Amino acid sequence: MSQLPLSVTVNGEPRSVEVDPRRSLLDLLRDTFGLTGTQKGCNQGACGACTVHLDGRRVLSCLTLAAQADGREVTTVEGIGTAGDLHPVQQAFLDCDAFQCGACTAGQVMSAVALLDEPDWETRDDVRELMSGNLCRCGAYPRIVDAVLAARESREA
Amino acid sequence: MHPFTYTRVDDVAAASAAVTTDVVARAVQTPDDVAFIAGGTTQLDLMRDGVWSPGSLVDISRLPLTDVQVHDGVLVVGATVTMAALARHAAVRDVAVLRDSLLLAASPQLREMATIGGNVLQRTRCRYFRDPTVTQCNKREPGSGCAAIEGTARTHAVLGVDAGCIAVHASDLAVALVALDARVRLSGPGGTRTLPVAELHVRADQDPSRDNVLAAGELITHLEVPLPEARSGYLKVRDRASYEFALTSAAVVARVEDGVLEHIAIGLGGVGSVPWRATRAEAVLRGQRASLALFEEAATAELADAFTVPGTDFKPELARRTLVRQLRDVTEVTA
Ligand SMILES: Cc1cc2nc3c(=O)[nH]c(=O)nc-3n(C[C@H](O)[C@H](O)[C@H](O)COP(=O)(O)OP(=O)(O)OC[C@H]3O[C@@H](n4cnc5c(N)ncnc54)[C@H](O)[C@@H]3O)c2cc1C
Ligand code: SF4
Ligand code: FES
Ligand code: FES
Repeated sequence: MSQLPLSVTVNGEPRSVEVDPRRSLLDLLRDTFGLTGTQKGCNQGACGACTVHLDGRRVLSCLTLAAQADGREVTTVEGIGTAGDLHPVQQAFLDCDAFQCGACTAGQVMSAVALLDEPDWETRDDVRELMSGNLCRCGAYPRIVDAVLAARESREA
Repeated sequence: MHPFTYTRVDDVAAASAAVTTDVVARAVQTPDDVAFIAGGTTQLDLMRDGVWSPGSLVDISRLPLTDVQVHDGVLVVGATVTMAALARHAAVRDVAVLRDSLLLAASPQLREMATIGGNVLQRTRCRYFRDPTVTQCNKREPGSGCAAIEGTARTHAVLGVDAGCIAVHASDLAVALVALDARVRLSGPGGTRTLPVAELHVRADQDPSRDNVLAAGELITHLEVPLPEARSGYLKVRDRASYEFALTSAAVVARVEDGVLEHIAIGLGGVGSVPWRATRAEAVLRGQRASLALFEEAATAELADAFTVPGTDFKPELARRTLVRQLRDVTEVTA
């Protein structure tokens, strides 16, 4: 099968590659670019572990074709902060102890970073609902909500 | 996944010209087909599961159909507008049934990806349809039987079905749309036409191998939603609180004047092989004095001929109660 030329900006860096049209954005990030922070959970849109930002909106990279990201900007968990300079959401996850095994955490963090810029939410219940696209097998949900609310406060402070 | 070629189009005529078979209407896609992909949340999912194997994909997600406008009381929505963008739109926030059918569906990430054209054309979640190793499925293979009849059928349909196929149409949005008398604008090789959403889908008891009435090369370009001068609401009942399809749902649009139901329109979800317009219940209610007893009578009438299998035994009663509760909540008539 013929390869498809693709240009995409990943974490601010322009990249050009040729891909099999079947390749998902998730596999492009992990296998082609070696950005393994983004996790593969279900590979069918049901868990949220693969959440990344496409032009600033949170999407599931497992159900996005790499080809559909052509000409767009992708942000992964590697692009929001560094070990020495964490994103406020990453810091809040640490401070609130918002993970156990960590398998869901990259997806949770990317979802939460996007949520901070979305309108119409206030309460803990709102956060639970708007974070419901990210499953956590360890059941860290109450602390994940704590972390999102803490991140919002730290940003407003 | 079966190999395919990928192209992207940027105008409607090119999209239409690329598709020469009735692939959008058919329940299966084969290597001879060129198929559309929009958000991809149904299309790619079914391809990865090996249920569909189109030879080519035409990406329509960047067609210039991204506007949401209001003209003379009609909300006109481009087909590639995402569920998330539509739910955020000022004109939608005041129409509870439309807003909630969007916000109670899927997850925030899926809503950022999924387009409204793709949403109304999404395919059944029947687990046997979605598993090509299951040999009995009249939708995939006409004449092979239906594995759901004796299988796990909790999420399956009880209206517009028979023993040949009990697949549910799982869109929440489409249920709200039929209750709002919404229409789709179609564009194809033969020109453009407008169709009520209530006439877009094909019932499983008519032909399980077809999902909708789109012709070869036809695509949805817009949705037209007359904004109601009435109160409305969407109630979704499901097995978990969020990120789950409906077991039952009810979309109600109603206007009560001096105690009388001057306007009433009802869509039911989770129970129909198509987004279900509850015309029998409406006939009981229309022009009558609103009361709890009347709501009960209307809901019972709608579910009277439900077709159930052991797995869906509970559904007519749950659907009946869902509708009664939503009629109460929207009309605020509680006695
Ligand atoms: C885990 C999960 C949970 C979900 N939960 C819900 C839920 O609770 N409620 C709900 O309503 N939905 C739910 N969905 C379904 C989701 O809403 C649909 O998959 C989505 O709306 C489809 O839109 P899309 O743009 O991704 O369509 P695509 O997958 O791109 O397309 C769907 C089909 O329509 C065709 N098509 C797309 N656009 C057009 C057009 N304009 N004209 C002609 N043909 C077209 C495509 O060829 C394809 O066959 C869920 C999906 C997943 C994966
Ligand atoms: S309910 Fe319909 S789609 Fe599901 S197995 Fe039966 S025939 Fe196939
Ligand atoms: S890996 Fe993408 S949603 Fe689970
Ligand atoms: S921390 Fe283990 S899955 Fe969430």
